[in-house]
Amino acid sequence: MNAILEAREVAKRYGPVVALRDASLTVEPGEVHALLGANGAGKSTLVKALTGVIRADSGTVTVDGAQPKIGSPAQAARIGLAPVFQDPALLPDLTVAQNLHLTRTPADRVHQRLRAMELDLDFSERAGDVPLPMLRMLDLARALSRDPKLLLLDEITAALPSDLSERVFAVMRDQREHGRSVLFITHRLAEVIATCDRATVLRDGADVGTLVPQEGGEERIVEYMLGPEAAKAEAEAAETDEQRVAVHERGEPVVEVGKLALGNRLLDVSFTLRSGEILGVAALEGQGQDDLFAALSGQRSPDGGSIAVHGRQMRARNPYDAIRAGLVLVPADRVQALLPQRSVGENIAAPRYNRISRWGPINMRAERRRVRRAVDELQIDTRAQRQVRRLSGGNQQKVTIARWLAQGFGALLCFDPTRGIDVGTKRQVYALLRSLGDEGAAILFFSSELAEFPLVCDRVITIFGGRVTGELPGPAADEASLLYAMHGLVSEDEQVA
Amino acid sequence: MSVVPADTERRRVDVRQLLADNPALVLTFVFIAIFVATDIINRHQGQGAFLTTKQVSTTFLYAAILGLIAAGQTLVMLTGGVDLSVATTATTGAFMVSGFGDRGAGLAIAVALAVGLGIGLVNGIGVALFRVNPLIMTLGVSTITLGLLTVYAQTSFTQLVPHFVATLGSARFLTYIPYDLLVWAPIAAIIILGLRYSGIGRMIYAIGDNPEACRLAGVRVWQVQIFVYGTCGMLSALAGVLLVGFNDAADLGIGAPFLLPSVAAVVIGGTSIFGGYGGYGGTILGALILTVLDSLLVILNASAATRQIVYGLIVLALAALYARIIATAE
Amino acid sequence: MSTTTAESTTTARGTDWGRLVRRHGWTVGLAVLFLVMCLYWRSATIRPWGSFDVQSLCIDALPLAFAAMGQAIVIISGGIDLSIGSLMGLVNVLAAKYMVTDLTTVTPRSFQHALVVAVLLIGFGFLAGALTGLIIQVTKVADIIVTLAMLFVWAGAALAVLQVPGGGAPLEFSSLVTTDTVLTKWVPKPLVILLLAYALIWLTIRWRRPGLALYAIGSNRPRAYLSGINVPLTRVMSYALSGTFAALGGLALTAAVATGDPHAGDIYTLNSVAAVVLGGVSLLGGVGGLIGPIMGAFVLTLVKTILVIKGVDQNWAQVIQGTIIVLVVMAGGLAIRQKGKGG
Repeated sequence: MNAILEAREVAKRYGPVVALRDASLTVEPGEVHALLGANGAGKSTLVKALTGVIRADSGTVTVDGAQPKIGSPAQAARIGLAPVFQDPALLPDLTVAQNLHLTRTPADRVHQRLRAMELDLDFSERAGDVPLPMLRMLDLARALSRDPKLLLLDEITAALPSDLSERVFAVMRDQREHGRSVLFITHRLAEVIATCDRATVLRDGADVGTLVPQEGGEERIVEYMLGPEAAKAEAEAAETDEQRVAVHERGEPVVEVGKLALGNRLLDVSFTLRSGEILGVAALEGQGQDDLFAALSGQRSPDGGSIAVHGRQMRARNPYDAIRAGLVLVPADRVQALLPQRSVGENIAAPRYNRISRWGPINMRAERRRVRRAVDELQIDTRAQRQVRRLSGGNQQKVTIARWLAQGFGALLCFDPTRGIDVGTKRQVYALLRSLGDEGAAILFFSSELAEFPLVCDRVITIFGGRVTGELPGPAADEASLLYAMHGLVSEDEQVA
Repeated sequence: MSVVPADTERRRVDVRQLLADNPALVLTFVFIAIFVATDIINRHQGQGAFLTTKQVSTTFLYAAILGLIAAGQTLVMLTGGVDLSVATTATTGAFMVSGFGDRGAGLAIAVALAVGLGIGLVNGIGVALFRVNPLIMTLGVSTITLGLLTVYAQTSFTQLVPHFVATLGSARFLTYIPYDLLVWAPIAAIIILGLRYSGIGRMIYAIGDNPEACRLAGVRVWQVQIFVYGTCGMLSALAGVLLVGFNDAADLGIGAPFLLPSVAAVVIGGTSIFGGYGGYGGTILGALILTVLDSLLVILNASAATRQIVYGLIVLALAALYARIIATAE
Repeated sequence: MSTTTAESTTTARGTDWGRLVRRHGWTVGLAVLFLVMCLYWRSATIRPWGSFDVQSLCIDALPLAFAAMGQAIVIISGGIDLSIGSLMGLVNVLAAKYMVTDLTTVTPRSFQHALVVAVLLIGFGFLAGALTGLIIQVTKVADIIVTLAMLFVWAGAALAVLQVPGGGAPLEFSSLVTTDTVLTKWVPKPLVILLLAYALIWLTIRWRRPGLALYAIGSNRPRAYLSGINVPLTRVMSYALSGTFAALGGLALTAAVATGDPHAGDIYTLNSVAAVVLGGVSLLGGVGGLIGPIMGAFVLTLVKTILVIKGVDQNWAQVIQGTIIVLVVMAGGLAIRQKGKGG
């Protein structure tokens, strides 16, 4: 019997960034197959390539023994591949009925599918007014109404209430009973063990193995996800631990956050960041960490709670106020922080001219000196310094850090600073942050890569559901402990409910 | 495996990059070529040489007005905006200086510049604080200004172009050097140097390149925008002063022919229409090219209609070209 | 918490008044404003106010209403068309030139001939708009720059057709909008033509896939692509429709004044955007309809009419109207800002 889907050596790169190196995957009929991997491992890219949203650079995709051309989402739907993305593909300004009409989906069949999931929805409602969890269920019902051979669910259960997640699992079981298949992407390993027949793990854009999740449990899956490098990294961490513990005497409090709340994600977060300390913030996606950093960097005003910098209350209406107070941000998305068409020097010097009193002539010699010092300190490769967009991702990220070194700061807020940069540069960034810490800087550090916490941090707090749920000393914050603190609390709560 | 194609690609990009980085080289060549072509055509039509010191001097005399309007336009476009009120503002400057001419040239020019600044500030406030699309805001302000100006022209306006302004706008010294070059050259120098070596210059490029990054770096984008539109209004009014000095009389249509050329000069000069890239040096060459092109079209007896279409197509072609260069260079 | 999510979506069916108000509140408010202005207009008119006044308002408003409809379609699709006015001017001079035998004596041709010219020009408008859309799609240059360049191309072409105002149209063609009314004297012909165009061009697609696709690409282009929409084609179509309405506007202008003027269309670019914004269509795209912009066009025209009745100098009228437009757009900008902050 043919596999429903067989992907071989799929690769995709965006400019210099390799999203998928060499990913292969086989899904059998009547199988619920999990696709696992850390953030940036290439899961979403693979699903997009399989469903015609993007075109892969190379590789073959066989569906039911044939090799069809999948050039658009519409073509993928025609051959029986139906994706449901984390971000529902419904147009917010159209009503639900119009959305269905647009995709040529019979409304009554969607209604039927929704009723089967014990849900009801007024189809004359604007899609943008429908709450996100319901919208995802609607997207799922829309996909199901085409009776797909293969249902691809890309993190559909993320931030989905547990009762709705249960209904998704019921749909997956039902699909299996009818001899159809499901490709299921999730961060919640407990769900994988409970629902999936097999799991393929991706790491750095390639598949590293297919396993039966029930054999060996979460630990084995985590091992696959992290790879042998993790062991090496751990050894390295142990080495640096000694140094760090030796040097670090906790200093004065720099940032004191009390009962901070913003929107419906960040509910109640308190912590103190001291000088010379690198404090890690570990959290699953969408647990309020974005809002925490947005509030600290002055991008959004908190709804409640307090932020004090060097003992002074900060009321930031915009990033300028936060920068004046001393809180500076290194965002994950370098594109967000850089002036792509301007030179390295201009990028580094940019924050200096953010007030009218500095709009006058520039002391070029002093500026060059400041820039050169920052460039030297960070070992930025400046061969292509005329336009920052021509630098590699790692060097770009160094520029965003360098500008705050040149400018001076109270506390550095690093939000996933190593996202999408290569391993070598990552190490340099770790070393840089550590040396800054050793020199007495206060650094708040969020990362989506758990392996980074023991390498970088003195202390790690975990956030779940907008609240601080745990605290670990840096050296003890290995993946297993963190995954437990993050996943464990989630799955325990939900399995009880 | 993929190294070889990537390498050849890079080389091809580099040629484009060279053009994108150094538009001045290409533009100077284009300027000279058009000048020579005009000379040849003029001789061919039996009207003598065009490539004379006198004509070069005249070209600069004409180009100064466009150059000043396009200076403001360059600043605005570097921030990613556009100002479609420059022509009306120039007309306003012309009316102010000739309306207040009887109180002395100094006061008249000051009034003209102040009113220009005012118009620019209104534009800037609309764009920066109310987030109105710059095109719509400046077009609307232009409509209002023209209406007010018409009322002014019909009621309390008595025309007297001060002698000083007339000299500035049309006379030359040392036989060949136009006086208006004395106004244009220092302003050009200030803008070119200021864009490169001053804090505000950096911020103009920065907010055009990535306003979100500027916000994160603590830049209050609205301050820069208001500054830029205000400056643009003042420079346009100054151009209007020179213009009325040249024409010796203000009329309601005096500035209008400069609107599209001001945008065209900036685009031809290599400033990105999306902002963040380019400079005033290129714009100066763009203004010179358009001025000679204008002479050429006049010599060829082209109608106003043809000129408009040619301008439109040039803007379109160059915008498309730069969009391509940016796309491939990434 | 999880159960409430499921329950709250299981709301009772029936008329949701809150939603109706939210969706159509602006349009209703605009209609009320229009009625109040009409009452004031009536009281401000010294001679007896009657069907004649209504008819002349409709004639005045017709070209702007067409321009606003075209502009609204492009803005709903997430673009902006600055060439509408000059394309109207071009159609105006083409019509005025080819509806007469020669430009010096200005002898009108037959009505049939005029109708053929009109149909050809509507086709021309469609193609001209499609060309603009195609250039935007192929060159990847911003809508605003391309349509600005096209503004000058069409304006130049109009000057090439007719340097100075001239030409004309057969009386029967003018009477399509000027004289006579339908059924009762309170139903002016321009209004009927407007509604006919609305029904034939817009209502036929509005609730079908092509119409929804226009909203889709203005709402969220990546998701529109995910929904299987041909985004480039839809984009070109939005400009083609805009060109069609610009041609209708140019023809309405020709019928109303029975002459051609290369600058006749100039004011319509800005005014059409103003009418669209006044009509409750967000410049961000994806929302709104054509009824709002049509009413916006009538309100703007009525403002001018009232100012004229009040004896306000024509130039002051221009200033006041311009100020109102700028204030409206500023208010719209503030609204977007609020929306952006809320979301």
